[in-house]
Amino acid sequence: MAIIKCNINGREQSLDVDPQMPLLWAIRDVVGLKGTKYGCGVAQCGACTVHLNGEAVRSCVTKVSRISGQKVVTIEGLSANNDHPVQRAWQEIDVPQCGYCHSGQIMSAAVLLRENPNPTDEDIDTAMAGNICRCGTYLRIRKAIHLAAGMDRKVGRNE
Amino acid sequence: MPFKTIYLLAILLSAMGILATTFTTNATLRSTTSAAESATDAPVKKDSATSVKAFANVYKVLMSPRCMNCHPAGDVPLQGDDSHLHTMAPRRGTDGKGLYAMKCSNCHQPTNTPGLHTPPGNPNWHLPPAAMKMVFEGRTPHQLAKQLADPKQNGGKNMEQLLEHANDELVLAGWNPGEGRTLPPMSHAEFAKAWTTWIKAGAYAPKP
Repeated sequence: MAIIKCNINGREQSLDVDPQMPLLWAIRDVVGLKGTKYGCGVAQCGACTVHLNGEAVRSCVTKVSRISGQKVVTIEGLSANNDHPVQRAWQEIDVPQCGYCHSGQIMSAAVLLRENPNPTDEDIDTAMAGNICRCGTYLRIRKAIHLAAGMDRKVGRNE
Repeated sequence: MPFKTIYLLAILLSAMGILATTFTTNATLRSTTSAAESATDAPVKKDSATSVKAFANVYKVLMSPRCMNCHPAGDVPLQGDDSHLHTMAPRRGTDGKGLYAMKCSNCHQPTNTPGLHTPPGNPNWHLPPAAMKMVFEGRTPHQLAKQLADPKQNGGKNMEQLLEHANDELVLAGWNPGEGRTLPPMSHAEFAKAWTTWIKAGAYAPKP
């Protein structure tokens, strides 16, 4: 065990955990943030995507030791009132079916739009290819990202 | 402690038969690196036949999946012992480190992830950059040797830097590929010896 100091969703945290513990475990079971989901456990599906210093990492294979002194944002911290453009677009298009993969989808989409504010279909497919949706909502995901691209991005607390 | 002294000590301890069970994988890699660096110091006479013969072994390693998979002809890395296109089709990006939410280090951690076929790790995991793709896939021995020896195609490396590249951390990662992946066809020490011989004997390219 070790004390891992980090910042999660804007709050300083001291996690008393095994440094080898997957970040996903720490987020869900230690910090208590359940929005990030366990999918495959081997970085293949993207359901567990969170932001580590702004990058869309897979928390299921990221050891807690990697986040020491770093900044993590989960779906709960992406915006103050669920009003990040991606979240607003997701609601407007009603993207999810079962919803299980969508916190990961949204976290990946947020990185895409930060780096490419007006993505083409091809850009979206490239950026989102690592996030699998077994309900097959890919067309709505693409549509929502285009919608979010046209929204005011001056919201969002921790992005 | 001077490097050669460390190396001599390692040989002495080997003779006492106590090394085999005391080093971890990483330490073993460092040990083979030591042998490789020692080989780098050995004088080699310029000779095209010697150089080309050594390159045959270099080529075998560079065309193995552990090396070639990150030197693809396209902009998507290869994966697995059959060198199929990487699942999820991550793209090279300008710097070779991926694009948007699909950057290499999002899945590839600083060290190998435990488990069969899980993402192998390295702190500097990347493809060659878009401006100089340093493609291995599909290259003949002649083409690859020419490419490797040309600073305009090898990442701007002169011969000295090229010699050192055999001990690059990402090159060494090929011999620590994670569970479920075959190793290159010879040890790193053997590869480094061939690499050094090829370069010091003149970095000649085999005939087309």
